[in-house]
Amino acid sequence: MLPAFHERRRAVSILTVLVAAAFCSILFACGIGSVSLSIPELFAALGEQLRGDSSSLAATLLELRLGRALSAFVTGATLALAGVMMQALLRNPLADPYVLGVSGGAAVGALSAMLFFSAAWLVDIAAFGGAMAVSFLLFLLAWRDLRGSAGDSNAPMLLLTGVIIASGCGALVTLMLSIAPDNRLRGMVFWLIGDLSATQARWLPWTVWLIALVFAVRVARAINVMALHAEAAATLGIRVNRLRQGLFLFSALLTASAVSTAGSIGFVGLIVPHACRFAWGPDHRLLLPAATLAGGTFLVLADTLARTVIAPQQLPVGVITALIGVPVFLLQLHQIHRK
Amino acid sequence: MQTLKLGLRIGGRELVAGLDWTVEAGQCWCVIGRNGAGKSTLLRTIAGLRAPDSGSVLLGGRVLSEWQLLALARERAYLPQGRNDAFGYRAIDTVLAARHPYQDDRYWDAETDYRIAHAAMRALDAGHLAERDVRTLSGGERQRVAIAAVLSQETPLLLLDEPASALDLAHQVGVMELLARLCRAEGKAVVLVSHDLNLSHSVASHALLLMGDGEWLAGPSAEVMTAPLLSRCLGYPIEAVQHGRRTIFIPAEEGEEKSND
Repeated sequence: MLPAFHERRRAVSILTVLVAAAFCSILFACGIGSVSLSIPELFAALGEQLRGDSSSLAATLLELRLGRALSAFVTGATLALAGVMMQALLRNPLADPYVLGVSGGAAVGALSAMLFFSAAWLVDIAAFGGAMAVSFLLFLLAWRDLRGSAGDSNAPMLLLTGVIIASGCGALVTLMLSIAPDNRLRGMVFWLIGDLSATQARWLPWTVWLIALVFAVRVARAINVMALHAEAAATLGIRVNRLRQGLFLFSALLTASAVSTAGSIGFVGLIVPHACRFAWGPDHRLLLPAATLAGGTFLVLADTLARTVIAPQQLPVGVITALIGVPVFLLQLHQIHRK
Repeated sequence: MQTLKLGLRIGGRELVAGLDWTVEAGQCWCVIGRNGAGKSTLLRTIAGLRAPDSGSVLLGGRVLSEWQLLALARERAYLPQGRNDAFGYRAIDTVLAARHPYQDDRYWDAETDYRIAHAAMRALDAGHLAERDVRTLSGGERQRVAIAAVLSQETPLLLLDEPASALDLAHQVGVMELLARLCRAEGKAVVLVSHDLNLSHSVASHALLLMGDGEWLAGPSAEVMTAPLLSRCLGYPIEAVQHGRRTIFIPAEEGEEKSND
């Protein structure tokens, strides 16, 4: 009867379920592995951890698995959020956070650090630096476009610039792979596919994610108007240029943060937002928080699969997301065209 | 709304020069001209989407660039010519989005927003389309939903670029009657671009003819919408025929075109 009340209640219940699902997935990831832990054992271990005593086997396992699950969650959440923002920026539901070459820049940075310095801590910084350098270059090259003077056909300039920069980075990556000594090649390839096995829990990705999420929720309504009206959104009171610049900067920052945590894990930023849109509609007020929660949950589960499916050997999680992502994406694409 | 010495140029070509034009509440203006005469450019300029090449556009006595975008959005609504829907929003969502200028302090839509949006959709005979995916609507249905969005923005000034172009005959007449009623009963000001002279003549109280070379002519439609002036404006001989109390404009036949030359 009261449509506005109904919409609000629907959004709240969807988000509640997603938060619960996120907790369950992390709990599940902590329990599963070479030695599985039951739920009472998990809580006992958590109690030990909180008391600062991590001598028991369960507590050690929990520390390892929880750290990894949390990294997976924040990476997936970051990628999905970046995906929704990039899709809104380019007004294309099939855009991907990597499409503009930001991850390419990160790959060039990370691989050169591995090739020339081989210091693990430097890799993340180099990846982040590479991603931000490419974003900055893009921002300069597509400045006119982002200022919005290009009129209604606003996406091509930015998109084409990004695609060309991405292929330039791809060439540099291939060059480095072909001159790399064999003992470093494996690490480089794993980094490129996207791997969570070597990550440590850090504050930076969480901070970036939270700030970006606050920004996203604040402009969610404006994103809706821009997604509907493109440049004419200005007549509804949207500062289109400022919004596009904000979306660009935050999606670049998010992508850089995710890629420097875990390498370029593909498809999360593409299929998670798409699946959420398919299930709950394109309203960004719900889509932004829903997609980011679903993205985190998805990557936690995918990573659990990656480290258990052919245990004791571990797969890079990017393989799992690609193996799930490709058929799901094709299915969704097919459904769009049938409409 | 007022323009002072407004000049518009595109690609070095002068479209409009020195346009002094005032649109007042309760007036319905029709902008007439050939393809490329600058009708849409003029509309985009007075909507504030494009800076004037010379002169200025004033709303309520203030230059457009001095207005805050949100405040401006409560004063005038703009219907662009084409629509390109990238995302599968419901039709009602696109109408609700037009309530944005009134929702500064809210995250979700209020019940009043829904009431206004549904009423606007019903006024355009689009009430039954509310839950449909906009990408599945026909051209005419989409156009009606877009006009409903403009109405639910609740502004005193409406700028409409070819509002009736994709509609069937019954809805063309319906939309025009609705616009005429808004001007008469609610004192709104409407500026619309249309290529259908008869439809425009039935609704417009005033007309602005753009000759395409910088010249223009503005005035009450009874004075400006005459066969000789329209022939000059559109570059094709036009005859006016009386049908009961109505004046019908038709393109002259080819034989007469030669005699005019």
